[in-house]
Amino acid sequence: MKHYMKVGLFIPCYVDQFYPGAAIACLQLLEKLGVDVVYPKNQTCCGQPMANSGFEHLTGGCNDLFIKNFSEFDYVVGPSGSCVLHLKEHLHNSDNPEIAATLSNKLYEFTSFLTDVLKVKSQPARFPHKVGVHQSCHGQRGLHLSQMTELVAPEFSKPGSLLNMVKGIELVRLNRKDECCGFGGTFCVAEEAVSSKMGKDRVEDHLHNGAEYITGVDMSCLMHMEGILRRQGSKVKVLHIAEILNGE
Amino acid sequence: MSEIQNTTNHAELAEVFNNDEARVDWHDETLWWIRSKRDVAVNKISNWEVLREAASQIKNNVLSNLSNYLQQFESNALSNGITVHWATDAKEHNQIVLSILEKHSIHQMVKSKSMLTEECHLNDFLEANGIDVIDSDLGERIVQLAKEMPSHIVLPCIHKKKEEIGELFHQHLGTPAGNADPQFLTETARQHLRDTFLTRRAALTGVNFAIAETGEFVVCTNEGNADMGAHLADVHIASMGIEKIIPERKHLGVFLRLLTRSATGQPITTYSSHFKRPNKDKEMHIIIVDNGRSIQLGREDFRNSLKCIRCGACMNTCPVYRRSGGHSYHNAISGPIGSILAPNLDMEKYADLPFASTLCGSCTNVCPVKIDIHQQLYKWRQVIVKNGYVPAAKKASMQIMNWTLSSPTVYHTAGKAGRFVLKYAPFMVSNKLNPWYKHRDMPEPPKESFGEWYKKNRGN
Amino acid sequence: MTSREKILSAVKANQPDLAILPDVDFLLQEDIDVPEKFIAALTAIGGQVIAVENYAVIKAFIAKNVEQSSRKITTVSELADIAEYIEDNIAKPHSLENVDYAIIEADLAVAENGAIWVTEDKIRTRVLPFITQHLGVIVRRGGIVPTMHQAYNKIGLNDYGFATFIAGPSKTADIEQSLVLGAHGARSMTVFLMS
Repeated sequence: MKHYMKVGLFIPCYVDQFYPGAAIACLQLLEKLGVDVVYPKNQTCCGQPMANSGFEHLTGGCNDLFIKNFSEFDYVVGPSGSCVLHLKEHLHNSDNPEIAATLSNKLYEFTSFLTDVLKVKSQPARFPHKVGVHQSCHGQRGLHLSQMTELVAPEFSKPGSLLNMVKGIELVRLNRKDECCGFGGTFCVAEEAVSSKMGKDRVEDHLHNGAEYITGVDMSCLMHMEGILRRQGSKVKVLHIAEILNGE
Repeated sequence: MSEIQNTTNHAELAEVFNNDEARVDWHDETLWWIRSKRDVAVNKISNWEVLREAASQIKNNVLSNLSNYLQQFESNALSNGITVHWATDAKEHNQIVLSILEKHSIHQMVKSKSMLTEECHLNDFLEANGIDVIDSDLGERIVQLAKEMPSHIVLPCIHKKKEEIGELFHQHLGTPAGNADPQFLTETARQHLRDTFLTRRAALTGVNFAIAETGEFVVCTNEGNADMGAHLADVHIASMGIEKIIPERKHLGVFLRLLTRSATGQPITTYSSHFKRPNKDKEMHIIIVDNGRSIQLGREDFRNSLKCIRCGACMNTCPVYRRSGGHSYHNAISGPIGSILAPNLDMEKYADLPFASTLCGSCTNVCPVKIDIHQQLYKWRQVIVKNGYVPAAKKASMQIMNWTLSSPTVYHTAGKAGRFVLKYAPFMVSNKLNPWYKHRDMPEPPKESFGEWYKKNRGN
Repeated sequence: MTSREKILSAVKANQPDLAILPDVDFLLQEDIDVPEKFIAALTAIGGQVIAVENYAVIKAFIAKNVEQSSRKITTVSELADIAEYIEDNIAKPHSLENVDYAIIEADLAVAENGAIWVTEDKIRTRVLPFITQHLGVIVRRGGIVPTMHQAYNKIGLNDYGFATFIAGPSKTADIEQSLVLGAHGARSMTVFLMS
């Protein structure tokens, strides 16, 4: 099935540098789904690390680059709830506010693009393993990728619905469904003690409930948990959800 | 008498707290359990979200019409025979309390819970002026004996283990050493404080809600200590912040349904007492306190923090609060709400608090009055940096980051260099000087970035 | 400028544009099963509910379950033969310090949370329901409303000097979240539910 749209692939800086596998999976999966997708080579970063540290006033350069690289596309898709949320809330251009607003509207986190725009209903992927799903906070509470436990409201999950299409997969039940992993950007080093304790507790929840893999929509959370898993010498691996969906 | 910790910062205090991992687990699990009880309780109300929205809008109206409501409340309270005082700041509030007591030649007072009086450091002031103050709320009494500040606005001694409480009671109230049975300790407190209630001529309470329409105020407790104090004393003093106003009596239906479910998971506190007139031949005073609230009211991005009804749900859900403890916030009001209220009072002293968060957003979504807490935490960060309350090193590293990320060429070079160092000289990064490395391994450096892969495989 | 003037002028200068006060009367529509819900709610918070047909049953219950020698107070004239009857506000409420059992009546109760509502003139002296060791409350089935919204609807703008909702016995969980019944108020609460 061919979709008549041109999609720009936005790859967060740390995914580009440290987890190219996740980016490759996103690209390949979009191509398999019949999307004309391009990766603009001059993209860098969404600006979130500076903005969250109180330096939003320094993100003009990142904003300009983003607009320059991505305004031409019908949609912009990126494998990161937090980066996409940040851009949706903070992308602006004082010279041309409309351009930023239009671009924000075209911007989608990867799994929500699959469910909401491509309306994917089935996947040929196979992944016969026990998988723990980490609900990255910004994607969940910010972009409403899935329901949060704080609200009295019906359950739903966009990433969950995609994973349920994967053959053989077993999603483990966690004790705390949507507690934060503790990465939090520069928080991970500025408040190292609390951050690593939060990560340790998150990992323990998955291990305790039998997960062989931990997945989610944000590599930043997964990178943080992976750091703890490797320090523990654990065999449990982290994978971006695109890597599971893209598998055969 | 009570101790305020030296102003260190949250990260340092939290690090100390985390030295005892078992204790952190205990503190975290206890508070998560309370969050879970809250979830069970609120899910029994099918239109819970409708209630939150109603409360939020009522409070928005209150803030937008506060001047009129305060005057309406005062007028009605005066007609009811209540004496109304106004205090611009903590100092004035404390002075007013003292002068009321001195006028009646009273040297001993019993107090029920009031976070406002913690904010004003009332106990210290009164003690220094020869007034003996006994806190009657069990949790508050415990921290009073321990010479500490409460660590949570609803559960003052949630940071204390029962053995520690038993030891305090042994030292100060003469209970047997080693007895840590909550039933026995509570009974001891009951006997000890009963005598206090019966002999004190002055009682001070907080105010949960002040009704503009009728000039009455409501005090909610589980223990009954506010009532025991107020009804047996000759003089009842009630301290309230200007933001405690609600427009009409019927609005209590909304707020009383939200308050305790959010706080502890109970449908309502045991007692929700409505005080409208002083008792025959007795005096009732209310002190309306500003202490920085009118300034916060003028801050467009932060005024919504004044909607707070002091339920503490944000603290119970906050994964950082649960793992750092209330004292890490070095402020009377801790946790997420404390972190957006405190910088208004003293931006330099509390510059660290808005950064003690991952901005996960859980707080915003349990807040019964829909304060956008995590958005305000983000916005305070911008204000704090703009006002220069950020370490020079951080400022410098942010400038470098900006320079790197604003240019594709510099970014690509830096990325490649970083991966190279990680691969061939990991010890340069994976060492004690790198805070990430303390409890986490660094990520495995891939042989090429995605950008490089794309260039090779898709042509660009 | 007085402090009052300073505060009011600062507030007036800083308050935002008027936000409309929402209507909350639509919340009166919420309905739940009464009195089953009331009984369940009160029991869950440590209270006790005894169904009674008349005052004689209450008297029999008290004769059986409350120590003969204990000091009993009532504000209910029908019970004046088994307890000290008080009609007015007591000048020295401290004299109630040794009351073991107080039995009062409430015209209004709330099903969603097991609370009863009493005003000052119902309890005669403000400290009575708090200072007694044990509390008994007579509630009529017809006086139970579903939620707090209906309760405040019934209360309306009635005048009182003091009034209170009481939901179960006094309690605290301040010591390591262990629930203990009997903090500073009554140690137990029994509702006599009359048809």
